[in-house]
Amino acid sequence: MASTVETATEIRPFSVAVPEEALDDLRRRIEATQWPERETVADDSQGVPLATMQKLARHWATEYDWRRVEAKLNSLPQFITEIDGLDIHFIHVRSKHEDALPLIVNHGWPGSIIEQLKIIDPLVNPTAHGGSASDAFHLVIPSMPGYGFSGKPTSTGWGPERMGRAWDVLMKRLGYTRYVAQGGDWGAFVVDQMGLHAPAGLLAIHTNMPATVPADVDKASLAGEPPPDGLSAEERRAYEQLIRTYAQVEYARMMAARPQTLYAIADSPVGLAAWLLDHNDGDGQPAAAVAAALDRTASATGELTRDEILDNITLYWLTNTAVSASRLYREYKGGFFNAKGVSIPVAITVFPGEQYQAPRSWAKRAYPNLIYFNEVDKGGHFAAWEQPELFSGEIQAAFRSLH
Amino acid sequence: MSSIVETATEMRRFRVEVPEEDLVELRRRIAATRWPEKEPVPDQSQGVQLAAIQALARYWQTEYDLGRLEARLNALPQFMTEIDWLDIHFIHVKSPHEHALPLVITHGWPGSVVEMLNVIGPLADPTAHGGSEEDAFHVVIPSMPGYGFSAKPDQTGWEVPHIARAWAELMARLGYTRYVAQGGDWGALVTEVMGAQAPEGLIGIHTNMPGALPPEISKVIASNVLGAGDPAPTDLSDEEQRVYDRLSFFFTKGIGYALEMGNRPQTLYGLADSPIALAAWMIDHDAWSLEDIQRAFVEEQPVGNLTRDEVLDNVTLYWLTNTGVSASRLYWENKLGFFDFKGVTVPTAVSIFPNEIYQASRAWAEQAYPNLIYFNEVDRGNHFAAWQEPDIFASEVRAGFRSLRGTNGSRHG
Repeated sequence: MASTVETATEIRPFSVAVPEEALDDLRRRIEATQWPERETVADDSQGVPLATMQKLARHWATEYDWRRVEAKLNSLPQFITEIDGLDIHFIHVRSKHEDALPLIVNHGWPGSIIEQLKIIDPLVNPTAHGGSASDAFHLVIPSMPGYGFSGKPTSTGWGPERMGRAWDVLMKRLGYTRYVAQGGDWGAFVVDQMGLHAPAGLLAIHTNMPATVPADVDKASLAGEPPPDGLSAEERRAYEQLIRTYAQVEYARMMAARPQTLYAIADSPVGLAAWLLDHNDGDGQPAAAVAAALDRTASATGELTRDEILDNITLYWLTNTAVSASRLYREYKGGFFNAKGVSIPVAITVFPGEQYQAPRSWAKRAYPNLIYFNEVDKGGHFAAWEQPELFSGEIQAAFRSLH
Repeated sequence: MSSIVETATEMRRFRVEVPEEDLVELRRRIAATRWPEKEPVPDQSQGVQLAAIQALARYWQTEYDLGRLEARLNALPQFMTEIDWLDIHFIHVKSPHEHALPLVITHGWPGSVVEMLNVIGPLADPTAHGGSEEDAFHVVIPSMPGYGFSAKPDQTGWEVPHIARAWAELMARLGYTRYVAQGGDWGALVTEVMGAQAPEGLIGIHTNMPGALPPEISKVIASNVLGAGDPAPTDLSDEEQRVYDRLSFFFTKGIGYALEMGNRPQTLYGLADSPIALAAWMIDHDAWSLEDIQRAFVEEQPVGNLTRDEVLDNVTLYWLTNTGVSASRLYWENKLGFFDFKGVTVPTAVSIFPNEIYQASRAWAEQAYPNLIYFNEVDRGNHFAAWQEPDIFASEVRAGFRSLRGTNGSRHG
C-alpha cells in the first residue's frame, strides 16, 4: 500500500530535547560516584588515572553545560528516517552551491556525530573558509545503528556491511545518485564495505584509517609473531605499530565477546567516561590527543577541548547507547587492517597519530584504484575532530578530480 | 628493635563490622540502576542476560539478607597479620584433632574466602561430616592482597610468586612446620608456584585448576586469540581435541574481562561505582559457571551449592570492601600463563571437575607434575569447585593428601 511505503521512507525532522531531570540525574550520579583507590603506578599504564577522572568528574558535574552542544546540534538540520527496519538519525546540510558533491561521513567508536561538527561548515561552505565553490559538498552525517539518536537494533546483523548498504539507501532517498563516502575508525570499515559492494552512484571513498595490511604481515602482527622478511623501513614501522595497537585493544576484545556484561557503562557515568576515554591512538592510551584535550578549556584553532570530549561522552550517557554501540564489535567478524579488496576509486590521508601509518606501498596494493594518497603532519585517530581544517582540506583535495 | 618485630608479626583477631549506612547505600544504588536494553540474542552469547541480572538485582535489593555475610564470617576465627608491609586477612580454624594436617587454601577471581566457607567444617572436623579423624586439617584461608578484607597494595609487585612467598611466611608464623596447600583459579597459580618455590615445610599441593597445558598447545592457543597464528595440532586424542576446542573458545570469546583487567584495571571505575556492574562483571567468569548462576537467579534452581545467597555473599563482599579494581590488578601484575606448567616439584594431587574451563588429561598432568601422587576425575562441579560442590571437594582434598600423612608424618605434636 502506498501509505505504508510512504511511512517507511519518510524523512522526519529531528531536534534534540533532553529533559532537565535527565541532566539533574546525571549530575547527581557523578557527585555520588564511589571511587576505587588510586592506581599503584605513577603513570597511565593501569588505565585512566584516578586524578584525571576526578578532575574531569568535578568539571562535568559542576560547570559543564550540555545545553550548549544541544543548541549547536539543533542549529543543524537533523532528520530521522527508517531504513531496514531501524530509525536512522542524520545531519544533512546542503551546500548553497547547487552542484556540490554529495558526501556521507561516518563516525566510529567511541565517537559520534559530535566528531564531525567542526568540518561541516568548511565542507559545505568552502568559500567562507578560503576555498572555492568547486570544493563544496552536500553533507550527510548519520549516527550508526545503536549510536547516538539512531535506533538500537533488537536483533543481530547490523555490522559494517549492512550499515554500508543502509547508507546507500539513505543517499538515494535524499536524491543523491552520485556521491562519495568518508570514514575513520568503524566509519572506515563501513566505507570499505561500501567500496567492496560498489553500489551504483558511489564514485569513490576516502578513508583516514585505511585497511592496507598485506596478508602475511596481518597474520604475523595478529599472532604476535616476527614480521615477514623483506619489509622496507616504513613497512617495518607499520608492523611495529600494529603490534603495539593490538596490545591496546583489550576493551575491544571485551566488547567483541561480552558487550551485554558491560552494565557499568549504562549505570555509572564515570564508568562510562573512563571506558570511552581509554581508546588508544598512535601516541598513547588514552589517546594522546584526548589526554591533551582534557587540559584544554578553549581553542581558537579548532583543537579538541575538554568540553568537546564531554559532549561526546554525555551524548552516549543521555542516549544510554554505550552497550548498544559496543555490540558493533560483537557483530563484526572480519579482519581489522587487512586489505579488503576494494576496487573502486579510493583516497587516503595518513595522519601521524593514527593507529598505524599505512605505507604508500601497501596502500597501492590494497586499493588498486588509489586516486589520492597524502601523509599530513598533524592529527590522529580522531582526525576530523582534532584537525578539522586540515581534515576538510584533505577531503576537498581527495575528491577534487570527481566533482 | 624487638618491639617492631613483635608488631610486624602480631596476629590480631578480626571481626567484620559493616556500618548500616553502607547497606542502605547499597540498596539505594541497586534500586537506582540504569539498565541497558535487552541483548539481541536469545542466549548468553553476548554476556550476562538482562533478565538474569535484573532477577539478581531484585533479589539482592529486596530479599537477600545483607547481614548474613557478616554473621557467617564472624562465626569463624578471623585474624589479621602484616606480611611484607601489607595487612593479610585470614580465617584460621584449628581442627579438634591434634594431629590434623595444616592446609592453606587460596581462593581466586572473582572469589574470596566466601567460596571456602562450606568446606571448613568437613576439612577441620571430619568426624562430624562423615569422615575420619585421620582426614582432619587445620584450615587456613587467607584473602589475597587487594581482595576482601586484606589490604590493598598501594604499589606494584604483589604478583603470584610474592603471594606464594607470603603464604609460606603465614604458615610459618602460625607455627606450622609441615603443611600442604590447595587452590583453584588464581589460588591454583599461587599454590602451584608455592609447589615450585618449595619452601621448607610444604609437603604437597592439591589443585583443582591444574597448570597442565603442554607448551606446544599453549603456544597455539595464545597465538590464535585474534584468529591468526598456528593451526591446531593434528595429533590430539579425541579427549585432547575436546579440551583444545574449549580452551580455544575461552581464549577467543570468553576471556575479555581478564584481558581488560590485565591491561587496564584502573579504567574499570564502573566496578567501584555500580553494584550491578560489579555483579555482572563477576558472574561472567566463564560460560559454564555463568550458566549455573543464571539458572539460580532466573529459574531459582541452583546447581549444587551455588545458590543466590552464596553468589551474593561474594558480590556483596567485593562491594562493601570496594575491591573490584584492587582485585583486578592481580591480572595486571601477572606474568604467568594461566594453564601453563609452573615447574612444580613437590608432591601434587589433582582433581578434575567436569565443568572447569578445561579438563587436563592424566598424561598432561604427568608431564606437568613429576611427582603426581593423586589424579581423579569427578562427575560434578564447575570452576568454583569448593563453592559449588563442597562435599566432593572436601573428599578430594582428603584423598589427595592421604598418602602424605604417613605414620609419623603429621604427628609431630
